[in-house]
Amino acid sequence: MSDRIPSGTRDVLPDEMRELRAMTGRIREVFEAAGYGEIYTPALEYERTFETVASLRPAYRLFDEHGHTLVLRSDMTVPIARVVGNRYATAPTPLRFSYLAHAYRGVLPQRGQARELLQAGVELVGAPGAEGTAEALTVLCDALDAAGLENYRVGLGDVLLYPTLLRSLGVDPDRAERILALLAGGDFVGVETELASASLSDADAELLLRVSRTRGGPEVLDGLDGPLHDAGTDMRAVLERLTPRTAQRVIFDFGLVRSIGYYTGAVFQVYDPAYGVPLGSGGRYDDLLARFGRPLPAVGFALNVERLHIALTGEERGRG
Amino acid sequence: MADDGRRLRIAVPRGALFDDTLDLLDGLGIVTDEVRANDRRLLFEDAGIVTMRPSDVPTYVEAGAADLGITGKDVLLEQSDRVVHELRDLGYGRCVMVLASVAGQDRVADALRRLGVVRIATKYPRIAAEYFEATGRQAEIVEVKGSVELAPLTGLSEGIVDLTATGTTLRENNLVIREEIAVCTARLIANPVADRLKSPAIDRLLERLSGRSHEGGGH
Repeated sequence: MSDRIPSGTRDVLPDEMRELRAMTGRIREVFEAAGYGEIYTPALEYERTFETVASLRPAYRLFDEHGHTLVLRSDMTVPIARVVGNRYATAPTPLRFSYLAHAYRGVLPQRGQARELLQAGVELVGAPGAEGTAEALTVLCDALDAAGLENYRVGLGDVLLYPTLLRSLGVDPDRAERILALLAGGDFVGVETELASASLSDADAELLLRVSRTRGGPEVLDGLDGPLHDAGTDMRAVLERLTPRTAQRVIFDFGLVRSIGYYTGAVFQVYDPAYGVPLGSGGRYDDLLARFGRPLPAVGFALNVERLHIALTGEERGRG
Repeated sequence: MADDGRRLRIAVPRGALFDDTLDLLDGLGIVTDEVRANDRRLLFEDAGIVTMRPSDVPTYVEAGAADLGITGKDVLLEQSDRVVHELRDLGYGRCVMVLASVAGQDRVADALRRLGVVRIATKYPRIAAEYFEATGRQAEIVEVKGSVELAPLTGLSEGIVDLTATGTTLRENNLVIREEIAVCTARLIANPVADRLKSPAIDRLLERLSGRSHEGGGH
């Protein structure tokens, strides 16, 4: 076994490395130009750093010589929140950071998933609301442009939209939890079944089902009222702050519910027609920093560099 | 993802769901004559159809090699880790996932009562394991690929978990249904990226599907 590497890991050889470096080099230039200084944090963190927040649970644990439990980081957002708390405790905001770093995840057997994945991303700390979200989306699209992708789109949702709607229509909390879990899993048949057995008027059940499937351009924000009014206002506020070049990339998606617990508002996901899985994701996490002693609103995103590379190769193949 | 334009590529299951699925697609205005005329061809670019085993449909759809697919709920339950959107219950291909054992004294119940553990043969190891776990019973799941009815008749297992439409095969093998686990019908699934990037085409198809099921509703 000594000559093998664990499934879900790989060696990167010069041909691939040249292409990756060229692409990440262009992305880094975008981050730096937008004022996002690159930082590096250790791959190993104390387990409690990740445990105090509703993060993606780290999959790899080890013990140091004192018996402390260490983990391999599952994302970069939590380490950067920790850095802000202990190294930027009194620094003026907003703070802008970027990274190009590996994260570590558990895998399902036989599925070709990566245990070690290279992420390129930014965190914008201390920039609240639509202003901050619009800046993050702009940097995201600039980075994707720089990477060389031509056909990508960014899905924009709000993790509060659907729970708020469920609550305002009087769906009981247990059922609402089930519906949100089904929605996060893409099970729209299950959502429909749950709605049909809830004590809702036909009109309300129909509204909930329609909202879960609403995705499209700015036209989907027209005429939102009642319980959807606030979500519509928030999304319009983001849209108004985007240049047309970024705005044309956005797909508003009311059914987008991310499963990572620390998101508190806007969430995004990156799609490209050349690849069947999302290339990256992000969102607002306005409560996370408080756990590290600096209660500041924040927003960020992470792109999966290997997936970007696959999508780029796919697009180039399509262009012939 | 399949195709770069507005067109959708649909993964169609060969086997028990094949004819009903082609009838459905005809009703949605997708021409399937070529598919019906060719038993061996797998890819029909003009119609936007690829044909495959039902259990391969989620694999192709998850990877985006097909935008949409049709397969049984049994397949989706067994491959519950596939990241796909489940859009519609198509209603046809109704089957029931059951726990069955040899007629007479129930050997499954006997084994659980006296041994605390039961051996269950199945082609659906994940569904079977999940069901026994959910009902608090210890089961040793034996995966077989072929006729699962043989297992309890030969002593390989006390019971089976299998899909049945009419129960004929079970009866012919002297097996009786002890518990019903889930009703399974054909489902329309979508690749999550295609479901966003090709939403106009997918929503149009879903609307035609709704219109059709209301007409065919038999009111």
